[in-house]
Amino acid sequence: FVRQQYSFTRKKSNHKQTMSDNLIGIVGQDYVILAADSAQARSIVLMKEDEDKIKVIDDHKAMAMSGPSGDRENFGEFIEKNIVLYELRQGGSLSTKAAAYYTRGELATALRSSPYQVNILFGGFDQHGPSLYFIDYLAAIQKLPFGCQGYAGYFLLSVLDRHYKENMTLEEGLQVLQICIDQLKTRFVLNTKDWVIKIITKDGIRLHQGSNSNE
Amino acid sequence: MARRYDSRTTIFSPEGRLYQVEYAMEAISHAGAALGVLSTEGIILAAEKKTLSKLLEPSISSEKMYMIDDHIGCAVAGITADANILINYARQSAQRYLYTYQEPIPVEYLVQQVCDLKQGYTQYGGLRPFGVSFLYAGWDEQYGYQLYQSDPSGNYGGWKASAIGQNHQSAQSILRSEWKAEFKVYDALKLAIKVMSKTMDSTTLNAEKLDISLLTRDAKSGRVAFVEVNAKLLADAFKEVQDALEQEKEKENK
Repeated sequence: FVRQQYSFTRKKSNHKQTMSDNLIGIVGQDYVILAADSAQARSIVLMKEDEDKIKVIDDHKAMAMSGPSGDRENFGEFIEKNIVLYELRQGGSLSTKAAAYYTRGELATALRSSPYQVNILFGGFDQHGPSLYFIDYLAAIQKLPFGCQGYAGYFLLSVLDRHYKENMTLEEGLQVLQICIDQLKTRFVLNTKDWVIKIITKDGIRLHQGSNSNE
Repeated sequence: MARRYDSRTTIFSPEGRLYQVEYAMEAISHAGAALGVLSTEGIILAAEKKTLSKLLEPSISSEKMYMIDDHIGCAVAGITADANILINYARQSAQRYLYTYQEPIPVEYLVQQVCDLKQGYTQYGGLRPFGVSFLYAGWDEQYGYQLYQSDPSGNYGGWKASAIGQNHQSAQSILRSEWKAEFKVYDALKLAIKVMSKTMDSTTLNAEKLDISLLTRDAKSGRVAFVEVNAKLLADAFKEVQDALEQEKEKENK
C-alpha cells in the first residue's frame, strides 16, 4: 500500500474540531442514502456552495466526509486508491465492513503522528445488503442504521430516533431525510441550504441531488 | 553442460530455464507424498508420514499438516525446515489481513502472498528457492471451497484434486480419472486413501502412516475448521477401500 508521511508536525491547537460540515446517513430496505451539505466555508466567508463531500470509492461503496478540505480530499483519495488497488489485485470486491475497517485502521495509524481531521459516514451495498458505518476522526467505528456527523447530530439524532423505521422503502427514506434537512433549516443557525445526496443500491451509486465532482 | 548455470538462482540458462527452481522441485519429488481432493462439502488433505521410527517421540505438531487460519489449512511436501518459514509467513499474513479488514483472508489472496514471497527468491537476493510445495485447502465467502497448489517457482493453480511429492504423477493420473464433481466428503476420503495406497512405497497401508485432515464448514454455525479426520470415519473408509482393492485384485487374477 501507498502511505505518505509528514516530516513536520502541526500546531497543537489543531485538535479543536470544526463541526460545521453536516453529514447524514440512512440505511433502508435495499439502499443507503448519504447526504452532505455542500457549503465550503473559511471563517465567515462562504467560499463555495456546491462542494461534493461524498467520495465514491467503487461501484457500491462511498464515504461522506467532513473536516478541513485538505485532509478530507487527501484522505478520501488515499483510501479510494488503496481500495481500488486491492480490488484489482484480488479480483473481487471488498465487503463494506472490510473497507470501513480498513479506513478506520488508516485513521488509527496516523492518529498519534499526523492525524487526519476527517469524520466519515461510510456507506455500501454488498452481499449482506446495505450498511452504514460511522467513523470519527479519533478512529472510533460503529455500524449504525442511521448516523450524523457535525452539529447536525445534536439536532437530528433525536429526530431520526423518532421517524426512522427498519426496512424503509426508498421513498420513505427520502421523506425522513427531508424532515432532517428541514429541521436544520429551521433550527440550525448556520446555513445548510444546499446538499449533495447520493443513493447506493445493488445497481450502483447515483446522484439524487446536488453537484457531483467526486466520481 | 547445464552446470555453468546452476549455481546462481538469479540467472536464466541459455535454454531459458531456472535450474535452481527445477532442482528444488526435484528435491520435493523425493519427499513424502501429499494429495488434496475437493468435494461439495469439504476438502480432504492426505499426507504420507515419512519419518516413522519407534524412537520418535509422538509430537503434537505434524510435519505435514498445518493450520494457517481457522478457515485455511495446508499440506506440505519438501524440506520441512523451509516449510516452517513459509507457514509462519502465511500465518502472519492471515492475521495481518484479519487485523486490517476484520474479515478472514480470501484463500486465493493468502496463496498469492506466499507465492509472491517464493517468487522473490527466484529473482533477487542470491538465496536459493524454498524447497517446498504446498496444497492449500480453504473456504471463503466469495468462492466457497478451494484447493490450491504452489511450487518453488511461485506459480500456483486452483485444483479439483492434486498431488505433490513422491509419485505425484501417478497419483495425479488416478485422481484425474476417478474424481467426480458430485463427491461428498466420504467419497473424497475414500479416493484419497485409495490413491495413497496405490502410490506409496510400502506394501501394506495402515492409518498410522497417513495424516489425513479435513477442511469443512458447519452449515448451521457457519464455522470453518481444519481438523484431523474422525478416527471412526477413517477406519470405515480404510476398510471399504481395502475391500474394494482386494476385489479388484481378485478380478484381475481371474
